[in-house]
Amino acid sequence: MATVTRSRETALGWIVGAFEHPTRHAPDVSTAELHRACAAGALTDAGLGFADVDGYFGGRDVPGSNVSWLIDYLNIRPRFIDSTDTGGCSPLAHLMHAADALASGRCSVALITLAGRPRSEGMRTGTAPRPGEPERPDSPWELPYGQTITTLYAMMAARHMHRFGTTAEQLAWVRVAMSQHARHNPHAMYREPVTVEQVLASPLVAPPLRRLDCCVISDGGGALVVTRPEIARGLRRPGVRLVGGGHTLHGSAGGYFELTTSGAVVSGAQAFAEAGVKPRDIQYASIYDNFTVMVLMQLEDLGFCAKGEGGRFVQDGQLIAGAGRLPVNTDGGGQCNNHPTNRGGITKIIEAVRQLRGEAHPAVQVKDCALALACGPGGSVSNGHSHATVILERV
Amino acid sequence: MDTLLDMHRQAVLAHPSSQPFWDAAREGRLLLPQCTACGRHHWYPRTFCPLCHSSRVRWQLASGRARLHACSGLLRDPAQTVLAFVELDEGPLMLTHLVGRQLAGWQIGDELQVSFRALETGLHLPVFRARETEAV
Repeated sequence: MATVTRSRETALGWIVGAFEHPTRHAPDVSTAELHRACAAGALTDAGLGFADVDGYFGGRDVPGSNVSWLIDYLNIRPRFIDSTDTGGCSPLAHLMHAADALASGRCSVALITLAGRPRSEGMRTGTAPRPGEPERPDSPWELPYGQTITTLYAMMAARHMHRFGTTAEQLAWVRVAMSQHARHNPHAMYREPVTVEQVLASPLVAPPLRRLDCCVISDGGGALVVTRPEIARGLRRPGVRLVGGGHTLHGSAGGYFELTTSGAVVSGAQAFAEAGVKPRDIQYASIYDNFTVMVLMQLEDLGFCAKGEGGRFVQDGQLIAGAGRLPVNTDGGGQCNNHPTNRGGITKIIEAVRQLRGEAHPAVQVKDCALALACGPGGSVSNGHSHATVILERV
Repeated sequence: MDTLLDMHRQAVLAHPSSQPFWDAAREGRLLLPQCTACGRHHWYPRTFCPLCHSSRVRWQLASGRARLHACSGLLRDPAQTVLAFVELDEGPLMLTHLVGRQLAGWQIGDELQVSFRALETGLHLPVFRARETEAV
């Protein structure tokens, strides 16, 4: 069967509003209010108002059983609603879906929000088993083993080390780069730069992963406003458009899967083909960094380096803006800045937008940044993780 | 009762086709779903073959042998549970626990044999221990 592919000519989604909530700890604010504050921030950034919104996109972090409760709370009147949820990469999928809805005329001004308060709720995001759902088809077989996010990613890291000789020092370089970027972000949760030695001296959580291989647990959120080019041109903000996207599920495949491969193999290839560009064309990349190992695996799977070469690609500061070969997560990433509601998707897009607008902190701004990538996984390994990649271009 | 194990009990009840597996587990036997159309085993079990999508799947007695693919565990866990992916001799990877050694005592590639742990729910859970080397 022939596969029909789309091209960048259909790229009708322009990001005109982007907002990351400055909070990292919000014990006195409801989750619905955080969503509203993020939406208001992105709409203000775009020069638009709630009355202009006619498309809403949100995932399972929206409070309640479906997104209707939030839409009613905001009192917006969308004629297109999408509540796709594939874990932390959901906002990346929402951005692709928004572009499609805009292109087909289903809506004109799309609002994407993400927010939540795991830190205030005392959630042990990575080190406690997630409550199971009995109806889930994998539950009889995997739930009783009590796996946690950290032990699953630790096994990925162990396998990557075994297969490719990746070292703890190389993983540590990911954290070091993010910490160098976070110094310049006044809202970042951890602003103190760390060295490789400090990462290696941090306590082991689940061998081989240490505390400083893990991302932060933060309250907060973010929002995006996406619109059609003819509306975008009438607004004051610099143009940033989606030129390529890919979304997939890297499943357990009946037990025949590779722990050291991410869904970026599929979503990245699709995004690059659609955009008509190569990894070497990318000037800035937001790579979901829930754990250090996931950054180097995705860099390999996206084609920035050969499989197994991720350790060498990231070492010696190669991800540090102004110093290395590929600036990654110049906001400090999930490692040091923010991981609102345990979902890294939206902050990844927001920092890419800042870079393309020339609005990143001057110390980390990529000179004349015209092409950027944002990507990330959702869910976790074993029973399948989703993965989404988007490529954004300055207009 | 432990919340996770109660949830597991509910999950087993919600998947009636899994009952033969738990019946065999109680007797210390590991069953694996095998497709009679393509011959391959898969994990986790389904009522169809996820590899060729045939519905001709039957429970087969497994060798119980496996090789360690990767393992880890939370150092703060008082129970010192060792979580692992093991590669079953029949082919698929399986999420499980390792028993009989501390985490530091295991190496990728270690040869394993299935064992069963009786849970307070009355279900018996497959776990793996180091395979005894046969006497010469």
